[in-house]
Amino acid sequence: METKTINTPHVPVRYFEGGKGQPLVYLHGAGGITAEDPLLAKLAEKYHVYAPLLPGYGDSQECSDLREMLDITLHTWDVVDALGLKDPILVGHSMGGMIAAEMAAVAPNDVSQLGLICPAGLWLDEHPIPDIFAMLPYELPAVLFHDVEAGTAMMTAGVSLNDPEWLKGFLVQNARQLGMAGKILFPVPDRGLSQRLYRVKAKTVLVWGDSDKLIVPTYAHAWKKAIKGAELVSVPEAGHLVTLEKPDHVASAVAKLG
Amino acid sequence: MKFTWFNLMPWPYLPDDFREKHRSVWVDIDSRLFDPAKSHEVYNSYMDMLEYAGTLGFDGIGVNEHHQNGYGIMPSPNIIAAGLARRTSDVALVVLGNSIALYNPPVRVAEEFAMLDCISGGRLVAGFPVGTSMDTNYCYGQIPALTREKYQEAHDLIRRAWSDPDPFAWNGRYNKLRHVNIWPRPIQDPPPIHIPGGGSVETYDFCIDNDYSYSYLSFSGYIRAKALLQGYWDRVVERNAPDESPYRAGFAQTICVAETDEEAERLYSEHVSYFYNRCLHVYGGFADAPGYRTIKTIQTGALSQYAPPIDGYSSLTWKDLIEQGHVIAGSPETVRQRMEDLIKGLNVGNIFCLLHVGNMPMDKCMYSTRLFAEKVMPHLRDMFPDYKDDNRFWCKPLAKQVKPGNLPAEKEIAAMVGGKD
Repeated sequence: METKTINTPHVPVRYFEGGKGQPLVYLHGAGGITAEDPLLAKLAEKYHVYAPLLPGYGDSQECSDLREMLDITLHTWDVVDALGLKDPILVGHSMGGMIAAEMAAVAPNDVSQLGLICPAGLWLDEHPIPDIFAMLPYELPAVLFHDVEAGTAMMTAGVSLNDPEWLKGFLVQNARQLGMAGKILFPVPDRGLSQRLYRVKAKTVLVWGDSDKLIVPTYAHAWKKAIKGAELVSVPEAGHLVTLEKPDHVASAVAKLG
Repeated sequence: MKFTWFNLMPWPYLPDDFREKHRSVWVDIDSRLFDPAKSHEVYNSYMDMLEYAGTLGFDGIGVNEHHQNGYGIMPSPNIIAAGLARRTSDVALVVLGNSIALYNPPVRVAEEFAMLDCISGGRLVAGFPVGTSMDTNYCYGQIPALTREKYQEAHDLIRRAWSDPDPFAWNGRYNKLRHVNIWPRPIQDPPPIHIPGGGSVETYDFCIDNDYSYSYLSFSGYIRAKALLQGYWDRVVERNAPDESPYRAGFAQTICVAETDEEAERLYSEHVSYFYNRCLHVYGGFADAPGYRTIKTIQTGALSQYAPPIDGYSSLTWKDLIEQGHVIAGSPETVRQRMEDLIKGLNVGNIFCLLHVGNMPMDKCMYSTRLFAEKVMPHLRDMFPDYKDDNRFWCKPLAKQVKPGNLPAEKEIAAMVGGKD
């Protein structure tokens, strides 16, 4: 994947681009994404993939003008416009799925294929989503991965958590990334999407890890009910970061969109 | 010098195994540890202590705001301050403060502070904290990255509500109000404002530019505070403030006084241990919501003031706590020397004296408080002779104060209607 930058009305946006085929815009989750992401590589085998970073993620510029759900939804439409795309396949993971669903709800005639990978955005009182904003780094793997041990290794590769420079870097990155994510996910990741989802016209595929402990699979059924004709693909032995644990399964599910 | 007797109002009945059995004193503290019937006495004792301190020559008595917190059972400091306003005279009411981003709309703070100022005859010192991340984000659900912007707007709205003589419309991002016109208005124009901060560069500048006093309310003592307050004073110079008055800054310090150093340890060490081991047992995940502190502040290397020492407080002995300055304790002479080091070293004119510590019972608290008031405070009064007339950062009460309980006698009423008694 190549790393590029494009101007939008609010802020220059970093994005990764690669592959050939039908255009596909991929929106990352609250943890961010790198150019080496295995799912992007897999999708790029079939599609022309564009993966923009939300402002503040990675090395991208922050944008204090984006404060709420509508700002972020329209900003992401600005990114699609700036890339010169019309009706790309829209795929989002977790927070990115929430943004993609909002985009499809506000502009239903502009999205005909929608892939939602364990999206945030709904809230069920009987299944409160754990508060990732109140978790310490070492607590995250248990809610994010099916294979907690392998996931921990993936997250902490070669890092000493007591190194003050690492800690400062970690705090800065968290403040930039999760600070931005918090605008739509904190303290409860619900910004009223449930009352807008009926507007979605796109052919929709939902992808969910069977052992997702952050947004438990019960939510998959709530989404399926809310979007007419949505198809649900369950992925065995995968947690919330199904994109890292089972990228091949996710790519095949997305391929059902055409 | 301005000395404020400050009470956090800790819950004194946290169990011995609190650290082992509970993950946090704050946010998700087990509500079953709170006993409403016992709190009746706790609240009234604490208010009695504040009133007692008000008779001993302290310049102020102080309260603050925390939510869902085992060491601060004071979610509404204004309720406590209203009680104190009636039962004290002369002494300043230091409300440090109201977390103004949490009030909806924030004119509520303008109104309540105005009421306190009017009832107390102009004795209010007002605090406008951003609020800790625990209070503001985790308990009250404010979005971390937007908290400061909301705070700023609340501040601007309150200041204007106090000063604009005419009704006005407020078209803010967080507040839409067509008719702002508060009644009552404060006696002081405006009340002095203190801003509790934890090392944000933005907060330094905000205080300097508005002539607000910057308060560092840490529990880790004056030695560790040196770097942070030096950063503030450097900034005062950089931004060309007209002076470096020590009253531009305040500091909170845990203090225990006894006849001798040995007696101090014997009387107070268990209560100090209660505070540092149980009351400060805050789950790390609640210390600092991502986006709450600015990038600039994190980059200056300041860890959250609620980040515990690497090895935790539990490893600190009485000797460690004294030597590292977390606590100033000992005989009046020992405490006087340490306080001089603090006041000179930090260049602070406002001292918030934490003379009630943890689960300290009232008799010990009265003993320590009286010794401080009589044998320490008088020797520290004239530390800054160049600024002895600097009252910009303190309240200006009415010269003539009414006394509560001053209704006419029954026979005067009879005389009023009957013409005779």
